[in-house]
Amino acid sequence: MRLFFGSCFILILAAAIGLGATWLTVTRGIAFGSLTIGAWTAWPKSGSVDIDPYARAAIARIGDLPVGVGDGVAFYAHTDDARNMLDGRCAFVISGITPAARFWTLTLYDTQGRLVANTLDRHGFTSAEILREADGRFAISIGPRARPGNWLPSGGIEQFVLVWRLYDTPIGVASLTTKEGPMPAVVRKGCT
Amino acid sequence: MIRFPLWILGALLLGGIVHLSTVLAMPQAATQDAYSRLERITSVNAVTQLSAPSAQNATMPFMDPAFAVAVCRYDLSAGALKLRAPLSQAYTAITFYTRNSVAYYAINDRAAGRHVIELDLMTPEQHAQVPEEEDVTAADRLIIESPTRLGLIVLRALAPEPGLMPMVRRALAGAQCHIEPVPQQ
Repeated sequence: MRLFFGSCFILILAAAIGLGATWLTVTRGIAFGSLTIGAWTAWPKSGSVDIDPYARAAIARIGDLPVGVGDGVAFYAHTDDARNMLDGRCAFVISGITPAARFWTLTLYDTQGRLVANTLDRHGFTSAEILREADGRFAISIGPRARPGNWLPSGGIEQFVLVWRLYDTPIGVASLTTKEGPMPAVVRKGCT
Repeated sequence: MIRFPLWILGALLLGGIVHLSTVLAMPQAATQDAYSRLERITSVNAVTQLSAPSAQNATMPFMDPAFAVAVCRYDLSAGALKLRAPLSQAYTAITFYTRNSVAYYAINDRAAGRHVIELDLMTPEQHAQVPEEEDVTAADRLIIESPTRLGLIVLRALAPEPGLMPMVRRALAGAQCHIEPVPQQ
């Protein structure tokens, strides 16, 4: 009798441990071979046949299609440089220069990967439409209230995700070092 | 009570097996993966242009709103697939995915070097049946092997400014894909 209860106990415990670990790894987006520059993290291997099982499981669950390595690389930011959450009620400024790429786009999503509704119908910027300083630098303001220059409305949502996609870029293809390129800084400028 | 830590150890080992097998089984078991989402709105072996993502609805999460996207969902059972895609002015990329969303090949307009990307997609078995001399003489014929019978070809064309989107969509509308039965020897 004791053996029976013991077996039941370890089977239930094993199921809980196994499924719990799967849930955690898949929802947190744990994948190997990540490339982190400042607040930005990319998984270049997710766009190739070398993708690891954890990334495959996460992609199957979310239902998106990763950017292929011959196409480009996508950097995700969930926090700013000081590890503050990207809160839609706060103002953030993204500034600096980007790694070499033929085109890039910056897009703002909610945590589920949906675009955020706003009156301007603006969900991001491309490298062609951004306003730059004389030396090629740029600054993008993100926040719920309108700003002069490059303003990306965050709609006042609780948390948002920024995705920086570099197209036709050598990054992530050749090697995986953080010296490859400077990514723009993300800095919080106060909350309302 | 030497038995109790042994029970726990057994549970941990079993839990590890459960964890690894569920992670590996996830791509097969998923019902909301990209292929399943696209299966509902696209027809097989034909190019379908996806509607632009908006805050209210999007075909897939994390779509880039600066891009016009068209999909050719393929099934290579009946023969090899021919894809023809005209390039738009700014940037066009074609990415090939297996049934389980693994990107196995990608090509962009600069790598193609022409105004039109033309290629043949076939399974390794179909590629082996292609007569060798034909393979050699057609030097500019691009042949890609699909590791799976089912899959997705995703054509993405960039509109650098929102005003250019209609032009990019028109260019992408010229893309075609169709099955061409493999000649029998």
